[in-house]
Amino acid sequence: MNDLIGLVDWSRAQFALTAMYHWLFVPLTIGLSLIVAIMETIYVRTGEERWKGITRFWMTLFGINFACGIATGLILEFEFGTNWSNYSWFVGDIFGAPLAIEGLFAFFMEATFVAVMFFGWNKVSKGFHLASSWLTALGVTLSALWILVANAWMQYPVGMEFDPAQMRNVMTDFFAVALSPVAINKFFHTVFSAWTLAGVFVIGVSSWLLLRKRNISAAKSSMKVGSFVGLAGILFTLWTGHGSAVEVARVQPMKLAAMEGLYRGSVGQSIVGFGILKPESTRTSEDPMLFSIDIPKGLSYLIYMEGDKFVAGIDDLIDGIELTANGDTIHGLSYADRIELGKEARAALADYAAAREAGDEAAMTKAAAAVKENFANFGYGYLPSPEAAVPNVSMTFYAFHIMVMAGGYLLLLFIAVLFFCYRKPGLLENRVMCWIGMLSIAVVWVCSQSGWVLAEVGRQPWVIQDLMPTTAAISGISTGSVQLTFWLFAAVFTGLLIAEVSIMLRYISSASKTDIENPKH
Amino acid sequence: MTTLELLQAYWWLLIAVLGAALVFLLFVQGGQSMLYCGATTEQRQLMVNSLGRKWEFTFTTLVVFGGAFFASFPLFYSTSFGGAYWLWMLILFSFVLQAVSYEFRRKRGNIYGTRVYDSFLLFNGLAGCVLLGVAVGMFFFGGAFTVVKTNILDPGAPVISQWADSHGLEAIACWKNLLLGFAVFFLARTMASLYFINNIAGDDALTTRMRRNALINGLIFAVLFVAFLVVLLLADGYRQSGGAIVEESNLYLHNLLNMWWLAVILLLGVVAALYGIFRSAFDKKWRAGIWYAGFGVAGVVAVLFCIAGYAGTAYLPSTVDAASSLTIANSSSSEFTLKTMSWVSLSVPFVLAYIWYVWRKMNATPLTEKELSEESHQY
Repeated sequence: MNDLIGLVDWSRAQFALTAMYHWLFVPLTIGLSLIVAIMETIYVRTGEERWKGITRFWMTLFGINFACGIATGLILEFEFGTNWSNYSWFVGDIFGAPLAIEGLFAFFMEATFVAVMFFGWNKVSKGFHLASSWLTALGVTLSALWILVANAWMQYPVGMEFDPAQMRNVMTDFFAVALSPVAINKFFHTVFSAWTLAGVFVIGVSSWLLLRKRNISAAKSSMKVGSFVGLAGILFTLWTGHGSAVEVARVQPMKLAAMEGLYRGSVGQSIVGFGILKPESTRTSEDPMLFSIDIPKGLSYLIYMEGDKFVAGIDDLIDGIELTANGDTIHGLSYADRIELGKEARAALADYAAAREAGDEAAMTKAAAAVKENFANFGYGYLPSPEAAVPNVSMTFYAFHIMVMAGGYLLLLFIAVLFFCYRKPGLLENRVMCWIGMLSIAVVWVCSQSGWVLAEVGRQPWVIQDLMPTTAAISGISTGSVQLTFWLFAAVFTGLLIAEVSIMLRYISSASKTDIENPKH
Repeated sequence: MTTLELLQAYWWLLIAVLGAALVFLLFVQGGQSMLYCGATTEQRQLMVNSLGRKWEFTFTTLVVFGGAFFASFPLFYSTSFGGAYWLWMLILFSFVLQAVSYEFRRKRGNIYGTRVYDSFLLFNGLAGCVLLGVAVGMFFFGGAFTVVKTNILDPGAPVISQWADSHGLEAIACWKNLLLGFAVFFLARTMASLYFINNIAGDDALTTRMRRNALINGLIFAVLFVAFLVVLLLADGYRQSGGAIVEESNLYLHNLLNMWWLAVILLLGVVAALYGIFRSAFDKKWRAGIWYAGFGVAGVVAVLFCIAGYAGTAYLPSTVDAASSLTIANSSSSEFTLKTMSWVSLSVPFVLAYIWYVWRKMNATPLTEKELSEESHQY
């Protein structure tokens, strides 16, 4: 069992490593592809050559980043098979479809039209080139759609049923999978956050140009586009973030409780505006916070739009307790109960297998019914204790609050930059403002990564919510093999990241010494 | 034939087509392996930039190939990828290195220098081709694995598909797989030579060398491929028979004879490929060899997939437990999923059409040194 835990931990570490590196590059690809397409549209509509130069400057940065996103994305797709082979069988009937569609619809579109973007300036018409830029942006967005549909399904498995004969889940409703509210929120939240990230990137790089007093006109023009896209991005991100929180409360209440460090919930539950959790060793159910500034009834309002609603904490969920508005306690299924039900489902599945082997149709039917009755708790049967269903609270809590605080800051940043762009353009060249713009690049990446840490750490121990824990999803390989590939990919991805940043910095520096609006080529 | 069986056959055909497209597009890897074979710096630039405008198609096809397998035959995805771990990891590793190398190799500030990125391309060119060939070889010569679905009921050891401890290294060490692997490698080099002839103009020395390369690599490929074909047609395989999977002598030969139309396609494919290679080698003005050889090779590869999977053949035979062998019937997705994905697959002609259109538009004139010197975005 210890070997299994070690293998699971290293496999999770490898997947997290790949996903986090992938998500360093991909949001910039998504957001910058849109910004580049907008800039090129301005060029085509106005006919001003300076916009062509600006477009090509940002397109080059897009290209440098694009390659790293592709490299890390390849591994991510195949790791479902290499490191999570049980998972691949257990839900491959559902999960594989979005991945195949992603490749067919999105990746080919990207691969085809990105070549026109880079090499087609002198080979195709202006209109065709512009269409290619937009189709590239559409392609990268579509690729996000399908992988996020797949991810959302893991967090909220719908549109399927369990087939005991094959010991796996099978799809019954494709549209329920593709259009689940969790998928829709997740897709828009992620894509809009990518717009935000790219908006900050453009502001940050432009700020450096302004600080160095180089290509001021190009920098200011870029800032306008970047901050418009960024402002739209952050506003929609906040909106869909709220939608995501509502869905989390509905389908992953344990994640919500961990996000707030909430052990015992209450009617009219406050939300933590800012807080520090007690260390694990001294934390108690009664008061897990070392320090916090709370907004009264905030969490109840956020989730239910009503201040007197009950929000369950971690211990409430484990105990299966819910409170009414009057404070009366309702006892539901505790996690201990769910573990027992999960074990019953598993035992029934074993009975089904035995009956099938023996060719006993009546026993098969009976066992299949028993599996179906308790299948909603199937995954709990693998858990050693109710506490094993609690994710890492500290990591989930801080990831959530860092994301929210950084998001609030970015909203203010975009408003300020846009205000300066149109009312006080001189302030954009202020040294402090330039530094704020540049340092905000780090803030937006921390914000973006925190979002994924929250999403993925907060749903542990589940690889498929309530149905399959990570311990049951694993491949039959040695821990040492995974350790080796972990370090191999850690070294390669880090090396590539360093190279990418170095190339970008060198390019920005050298391009800044030329006239970006009138390049030689 | 039931609807499910029809859908399984349809999806295996799509897998075969994707596999064929992937092998054709490996000309990119073949070209990468030739960058330092006597090319001058200027010629290398032309070759890299010519390949660099196509590498993403190969890469994307590999991703779609994996995605399509996942969607249609998930038991293969879980068994082969999780089992032959090192084989697949090495393949993926080589493609990861490739993905950045074009963009980074000549960029200022790339830290490691052009030579390092070119060595990544070389590594991908060699390892990518040989190891993908080895992976396809496993469709015929199998692996040491078992599939026990009831394992999932054991929380302490829940893994369904178990593989030998060597986890794919034994597949790389198998000479039969390597025979196919090196055949793929020399095929990719042949195709790359034909591609350069088609896509680069204005450098007569390079074109002349590529015509010679096409002939030499083509001949080596032909020898290796014929050897592989002989080994394959004499090999035993596993076939679903009634409720059991049983061993059968000369199974692939039988498949070819029973499905005679596959033998015809195989023959036509070989003729087209040889025509493309030989005419390119000897007709100094002819540049269309890539298309003849390309379609020919694609046809041959598709036939190999078909005889690996149709007629109840186990396309991933288990060498330790015949009953665990994977067939398209016991490893596929459900009827609902296959049907849903079949609707999605109707978009394939549309996707192919826009790829073809853009390819034609971008390749209307071959790449020249002059164009390269005027291009701001270079690899």
